[in-house]
Amino acid sequence: MSTSSCILEARGLRKSFGGFVAVSGVDLDVETGNIHALIGPNGAGKSTLFNLLTKFIQPTAGDIRFKGKDITHAPPAAIARLGMVRSFQISSVFLHLTVYENIRVALQAHGRDTWRFWRSERGLHRFDDQVHELVCQVGLEPLIYTRAADLPYGRKRALELATTLALDPELILLDEPMAGMGQEDIERTSALIRSLGGKHTVLMVEHNLKVVADISDRITVLRRGEKIAEGSYDEVAANEEVRSAYMGGAHG
Amino acid sequence: MAHRYKDFRPRLVSDPMRYGLLALAAVVALAAPMAIFPLFLVKVLCFMLFAAALNLVLGFAGLLSLGHAAFFGGAAYAFAQSAKVWGWPFELSLLFGVVVGGGLGFVFGLIAIRRQGIYFTMITLALAQMIYFLAVQAPFTGGEDGIQNVPRGTLLGVLDLRDTHTLYYVVLAIVVICLLLIRRTVHSPFGHILGAIRENEARVTSLGLNVSRYKLLAFTLSAALSGLAGALKASAFQLATLTDVSWHISGEVVLMVLIGGIGTLWGPLVGAIFVVMIGHFLATSGLPVSLVIGVVFMACVMLFRRGFYGETVEYLRERVLRDVSLRATAGREGQK
Repeated sequence: MSTSSCILEARGLRKSFGGFVAVSGVDLDVETGNIHALIGPNGAGKSTLFNLLTKFIQPTAGDIRFKGKDITHAPPAAIARLGMVRSFQISSVFLHLTVYENIRVALQAHGRDTWRFWRSERGLHRFDDQVHELVCQVGLEPLIYTRAADLPYGRKRALELATTLALDPELILLDEPMAGMGQEDIERTSALIRSLGGKHTVLMVEHNLKVVADISDRITVLRRGEKIAEGSYDEVAANEEVRSAYMGGAHG
Repeated sequence: MAHRYKDFRPRLVSDPMRYGLLALAAVVALAAPMAIFPLFLVKVLCFMLFAAALNLVLGFAGLLSLGHAAFFGGAAYAFAQSAKVWGWPFELSLLFGVVVGGGLGFVFGLIAIRRQGIYFTMITLALAQMIYFLAVQAPFTGGEDGIQNVPRGTLLGVLDLRDTHTLYYVVLAIVVICLLLIRRTVHSPFGHILGAIRENEARVTSLGLNVSRYKLLAFTLSAALSGLAGALKASAFQLATLTDVSWHISGEVVLMVLIGGIGTLWGPLVGAIFVVMIGHFLATSGLPVSLVIGVVFMACVMLFRRGFYGETVEYLRERVLRDVSLRATAGREGQK
């Protein structure tokens, strides 16, 4: 554990689907307390890398250490219990549950109050204060009894963020947290993510470069499954290869 | 104690209406043996419990099992064997049936639960067919004849179950207790997790829970209650036969849940009453039972997918939810 300031370290991560190599030999170090952004043009392998790190996909080669512990072969649920929780690119909430119930299920899972089939659900109200804190943080308090299915897209993302925070993870992985959000929501969410830095570590995939520039401490750029640059926003933005990747891609 | 937030469970009917309906159901249940042959009512009760137990996995965990006959029939054999051959008292034999049903369910679950969708269903069916095969081959089951003349005995040595009225009320009490247990399970901390798994399995995994274990518990509970239903039926009819373990039974109980209303507490009960009654009345009419049930099922799938009860509930729910949603939206607009 020589690099103990890094909460997550990946070495030589590789994933191929048949002949197609989605991620080829990526090294990634996420420093504790940082907000670390993962950017790159479409098809760069960002989402695959995400799935590899959280073990929703098993890597073809390479290894992953979380808090110095080898998690290369751990199942996804175990990783969440260790304190590394992800959100999904396609908004992933419980659509038929209300905002309140969505967050409460997450708190319940965190509190391990999940097996008791003979107990009344009334006991679940002990999570109310925590739910309140979380909905206020993401600005969903006025919509507490709205079913997730009836929320506008940006608010669904905010809800997902709240359920992720409910687990109080040390490392939060956010897959395009601002995608589909309106300007108002983007500002709110940026501020929220920025406020997480220090206490939590955040690794996020994000397309909105302005947001990335604003809130990231460190940026890794991927292209065609390979890491082409890493550093602060200014360093990365000055990199020739990064410029050509973005000029050639759909993003300006 | 006042809580900051409420559980969001919109009232579909007013309270007086609700209690009125419950009271009506209670009166009907208590008075029914005066008008209808009690043994037939016991059969209805057994299938109500069986359907409600299946619904625990089918409706509340989203797992389609075609192997539940193994738990129902296996427990029927267990009851018959222990009550008749080993001479165990009624309660102990019943408990044995529950254990056999639950035990089989646990084993089936261990093997099948990690598989998704149709693969899960086919494995449960295959395992149940193995139990059927065992029942055909094993010497103690009596092959085609089954185990006959199983003594009913007494409840706690006091109530003589040979009296069919007594039997009916005892079975009614047991079934009601089990239905309350199912209701509690659905509305328990565990039930909330189960509901979340049915909605979005990947999300529950990412919350750090091993979904297979929760499904396995639900499946085992369901199998144990199905076993109780099978044991009760064996005690009432004093008989355990191959019919109880055959795949027809698995199919029929799925049908009951679907026709009544999947994922509702009352739906399976309605479905069980309906299917058992149809079977009973058609048996003497000369019409082919399975043909009629097939037509009813097709009509159900095409016209009211949520079943008799489920469709009614959904209609009421949508109406209430629309009001609530509108109010919530209006509240938000008002704040801007």
